[in-house]
This record gives sequence, structure tokens and C-alpha cells, in this order.
Amino acid sequence: MALDIGSPVLREFGSEQSLLSKPDGSATFMQGVRERSREQCVRETCEAALLSTLHPRSSLTLVLQVVHDDGSLLACCLNAACMALMDAGLPMSRLFCGVTCAIDAEGRIVTDPTAQQEKESRALLTFAIDSKEHNVMMSSTKGSFSIKEMQQCIAVSQTASERIFQFYRDSVKRRYSKML
Amino acid sequence: MNSIHSCFKAQIGGVVLPGDVFRFNGSSVEEDSNIKAEKMVCGPGLRRNGDEILACKSGILRHKQPSMYWIDCQQKRYVPVKGESVIGIVTAKSGDIFKVDVGGSEQASLSYLAFEGATKRNRPNVQVGDLVYAQFIIANKDMEPELVCIDSCGRANGMGVFGAEGFLFKVSLGLARRLLSPQSEIVKDLEKIFPFEMVVGLNGRVWVKAKSIQQTLIVANLLESCENMTAQQRQALFKRVAEGAL
Repeated sequence: MALDIGSPVLREFGSEQSLLSKPDGSATFMQGVRERSREQCVRETCEAALLSTLHPRSSLTLVLQVVHDDGSLLACCLNAACMALMDAGLPMSRLFCGVTCAIDAEGRIVTDPTAQQEKESRALLTFAIDSKEHNVMMSSTKGSFSIKEMQQCIAVSQTASERIFQFYRDSVKRRYSKML
Repeated sequence: MNSIHSCFKAQIGGVVLPGDVFRFNGSSVEEDSNIKAEKMVCGPGLRRNGDEILACKSGILRHKQPSMYWIDCQQKRYVPVKGESVIGIVTAKSGDIFKVDVGGSEQASLSYLAFEGATKRNRPNVQVGDLVYAQFIIANKDMEPELVCIDSCGRANGMGVFGAEGFLFKVSLGLARRLLSPQSEIVKDLEKIFPFEMVVGLNGRVWVKAKSIQQTLIVANLLESCENMTAQQRQALFKRVAEGAL
């Protein structure tokens, strides 16, 4: 592989200093900030849906393990997180789901793009939609797009979210089918 | 019957998801009976907010006369509730209290005086690692939960240290409740196969002991498998076990 000596490739990185109170000095260093931003997106969406006031003085650990990635990873993480919280029986005010839209070079909107479609796209938008009013709870975007395109993507995602919520309902029904 | 029941009626026995809202018409109630306020009890999984009721868990909506509603759910996560009896594991002794792991988000404390016949001189014989069957007297989201092994009269009433030998395992909270209900078919069916002792805590912990280790393990496996079986499937399985060369 040819290495470009002039501009070595480093992922985005970041650091925070003296974040721990007890030691005399401490720092964090992160390479690959994208992972952290994804984590933040999932975290904030979950916090918005959970009724965390019912569980003070307790912590919640959500582990998301990527088994396979063929595009729309953040949306998939959001859906997995929502189902896991629901399975744990945590009190939630609403459900949420993630939908990814890709806008390709010709301006067509592709929902739930594969990794290949993501690579070829001009812009990539992921929305978290809530189950009650179908509002956007979180958005994460990459690339350039017009306001109109974004609004179209939101509308498409809201329609797509109904399919996901129906799937949630069906899988919970299947789970409780033996108890009915 | 009333407007509250009518908004639930269609869904009773059906599956509800977090975020499902039940709306009842508050204004019509006031017109009908402006003095007598309608009473309803929101059980686990339901929250009342003004004139709407919000489901905050997934599960099956249940109803009990006259107006008690709750969500039956198959979760594994336990949240301590005052008055519930649970199986705890003693994890530490510190001064005059024991720390007990009950499977909640926090360990519960158990005073050494909260045993039958215990005095300052006569301490109960409790070791780290012992199992205790105890009841919550303080269970509050803002405070450390506290257990006791005596009832209000100072009697043990079945509580205390137990579990020499035997086998402890975890099931879902829903199954633990089903095992404890007086008309539980599961226990009745299982008793026909062979005799065994069982302790069930509302925190989903089950302790069993039969004549031999083999029989204990059979009972434990059968109980665990009851989680996802219909009544017919369960009876068929139990029949096979009873007939088998075990």
C-alpha cells in the first residue's frame, strides 16, 4: 500500500484533562470520535424516552455490540437499544426507533441504505422518531443537503417508523403469546 | 360501568407497549356524578397523568373488579417493594447489620436484631453466603432498602436463614408470581412427579430441594422451562418426565 508521507491519516481525536476529582492529574484521550458521538446520540435518545425520575440513585448500563455492519448502523443501534430497554421493563414514556435515509448523487432518497449505498451517497441522515407523536427526537447528519431534502427525509422516516413500531408490537405479542 | 372502564375494555388481556395512552372523558364523569369521584387503582406499569393513563411497560393489560388495572410483564429486573418477601444472599457483615443482595439496584440491609429470638447477647448465626428469606419494611426509591426476618408480632413466620443444600436459580418475576399464586397449576402438576421443597421469592429467585441431587436438578430444569410453555405443552412434558426412567 502506498503511504502518503505528506499527509498521514489520523482519525479524529480529542482529549479532556483533570476530569477525575481524586487524583492529582488525569486525562482522557479518544481516537475515533465518531464512535463517541454515536454513543452520545443513543444515550440522549434513551434518556429522553426513559422515565428516569422513577429510579434515582441507580445507574443503567446499556451494552450495544455490533455483530455485523451493513449500513444504517446508528439506526440499528437505536432500535436495539429501545427493544432492550423495553425487555428490561424499564419505565418509558414512549418508544423510539431509528431510521436512516441516504440521498444519492441524483437526489433520490434511499431509506435503510446498505453500506455500499451509504458509501455512494451524497448525504446521510439518521433520525430517531418517537412512537407517540412521531416527532423527531434526535438527528445525526453527514454530507450536504437542502432544507427541502431534509424535510422530505423526515417525512419518509416518519412513515417508515410506523413499520418499525408495528414490528415492535408484533414481537412483543409473540413473546407474550404463551401467557395470553 | 363507567368511563374509565370503557377506555380500557378493548385492551384488557391484550398486549400494550410503553407510550400507549388510555384517555377517559373527565368532563362527562363530573356531569354524571359531580360529588362521587371515580376511583381507580393504577398498578405496575400504568401511570396516571390528568385524564389520561400512560402505559410505561410492555406486557399484558390486566383488570380486577372493581377498578384495578395493571400490566403483567415478564421482566427479570427487580425493584424492591415494601412488604414483598424475597430470597436474599448475605454478602457482608458489618457491625450490627448484614448486607444482603436481593437482585435490586442496591444491596439491602438486615439488622441482626430482626431475627426471631435475637437479642444483643444472643446474636443469630448468619454467615456470609447464607440465604435468607426476608420481607422488606423499607423499600423506597430514595433510600436504602431494609429487610427483616420477623413479622409484626416478632415471630419468624417462615422467614430467616435457610438453604442448607438445595439449589438456587433465577426465573423471571412473572414466573415467580405464577408459582406463588395459590391456584398455581405448575406446582400442583410438579408435586405429582415427586416430593420436593421449594422457596420462591418475589425477586425471581427460586430455591428447590428434592430427595437427591438428580431430582433437585430435574425440578429446577422443569421450572425453568415453564417460562415459555403453554399449559398443554407443560403437562405433556411433565407426563413424559413422570413416565420416563428418571
